[in-house]
Amino acid sequence: MAEPAPERPLPAWSLPAGAAESLALPTQLPGRVTREWAWGGSTGKGVRVCILDSGIERDHPLVGELAGAVAVEVGEDDEITIVDDAEGDLCGHGTACAGIVRSLAPDCELYSVRVLGAGFTGSGAALLGGLRHAVEQDFHVINMSLSTTKSQFAGLLHEVADLAYFKRTVLVASAHNMPVESYPWRFSSVISVGSHEETEAETFYYNPSPPVEFFARGVDVEVAWLGRTQARSTGNSFATPHMSGICALILGKHPELTPFQLKSALYLTATNVEGLGD
Amino acid sequence: MTEDGLRAAVAAGVLASEEAHRALLQATVEVARGIFYARASSVLLYDETTDELVFEAVAGEGSDSLVGQRLPSSTGIGGWVLVTRQPIVLDDVSQDPRFAKDAAQKTGFVPKGLMCVPLIHEEEPLGVLYVLDRPQQARFSLEEMELLGLFGNQAAIALDLLQKARRAKAVLDDSGSDAALLARVAENLEGLDGKRRAAGVDLLRSLEALFKD
Repeated sequence: MAEPAPERPLPAWSLPAGAAESLALPTQLPGRVTREWAWGGSTGKGVRVCILDSGIERDHPLVGELAGAVAVEVGEDDEITIVDDAEGDLCGHGTACAGIVRSLAPDCELYSVRVLGAGFTGSGAALLGGLRHAVEQDFHVINMSLSTTKSQFAGLLHEVADLAYFKRTVLVASAHNMPVESYPWRFSSVISVGSHEETEAETFYYNPSPPVEFFARGVDVEVAWLGRTQARSTGNSFATPHMSGICALILGKHPELTPFQLKSALYLTATNVEGLGD
Repeated sequence: MTEDGLRAAVAAGVLASEEAHRALLQATVEVARGIFYARASSVLLYDETTDELVFEAVAGEGSDSLVGQRLPSSTGIGGWVLVTRQPIVLDDVSQDPRFAKDAAQKTGFVPKGLMCVPLIHEEEPLGVLYVLDRPQQARFSLEEMELLGLFGNQAAIALDLLQKARRAKAVLDDSGSDAALLARVAENLEGLDGKRRAAGVDLLRSLEALFKD
């Protein structure tokens, strides 16, 4: 397992003559990237995954231990405050996403950033504030099964999505399955996810016709739900944590990968791509 | 503005009828219920003055009691769908004790499953559409999800028209507004006949020509 890339003393704005050696990569991708190379033996250990959603129910048997939980409160003038979250899950969806990630990457650290509960009027500010907070925490993976249609937030979300990309935080976002413009899933700095109808959790497809880049399991998924129960669910918002879980597995084995490299590894190991090198 | 005045305004094209749009919304939930063979279907409108979701049209179970009832705008399944703009399908959700209690109190029955889709017009989510207890088939399909989305678009247009009609009525109810003045003129014109009506129409045509210059 390779070590993380060393800190560079200066921003990499350019590459001086003779400095190419400084760009030696800690991991050389093999001639053919397989699932075995990408995440064989990984449990997601050491990977910090944030569920940006409705909160997560504590002590749910399908979710297990939570490493941390905060809530975003929206004051007057959309002022954001981050507080410890004792409410748990206000809907059930965040718990469902957490359970899916846990089922794929059993040893990852799960964190909850709750952006629901501030009323609909505060929801855009809560989404943006919650995402900013999550990026500041240097989580490795942020699962966003949500989006906004308000174009006033598009530019600000784009900035945060790019910041995450440069900080090696992977944003995994649900694509819309309705014909509307929404964000942040349309940004190329995130991993956008739609649904396929198959039942295997690690089956995912690369889509050569973006903006949706990957299709993961999102139909009739058994998920954790409120009151320590389970439900059966369908929607892109349940496909997204499947990709987040696979990202956690890959980063558990290859923590040095940048979001670009990770997305490349996802492409090379997608169900409709893996094996093309044979 | 009196009801007669309102009718005159509608007849004059100043204001579309809220009743007609409400009928369209009701037809939408009836059809949604019908094509999914569901036990109930409902449309909830987001009320920005109270930051809540309000039942506007209901077909099937709850149709006699739910209209006008309110739900939080950012908690529960409807709130999640409104905030996230993501459609969701859930089955076996009646095991969730909080959901079961809330549903029983509001509707008198606990659905085993539900579909919920945001109603988005232009950038704005206007509300949500619920379809409750469709028959449990072997597997849910993405085609059904797309159908639900198509229905959501239609309901969103109906909801948008209803909201615009309400806003127009509010403007007309303000007797000092320009629109109310126009509606009163329309109302008075409707009450005229013979030469006085012809003279009134001539006068209005002259005004129209004047405004075009």
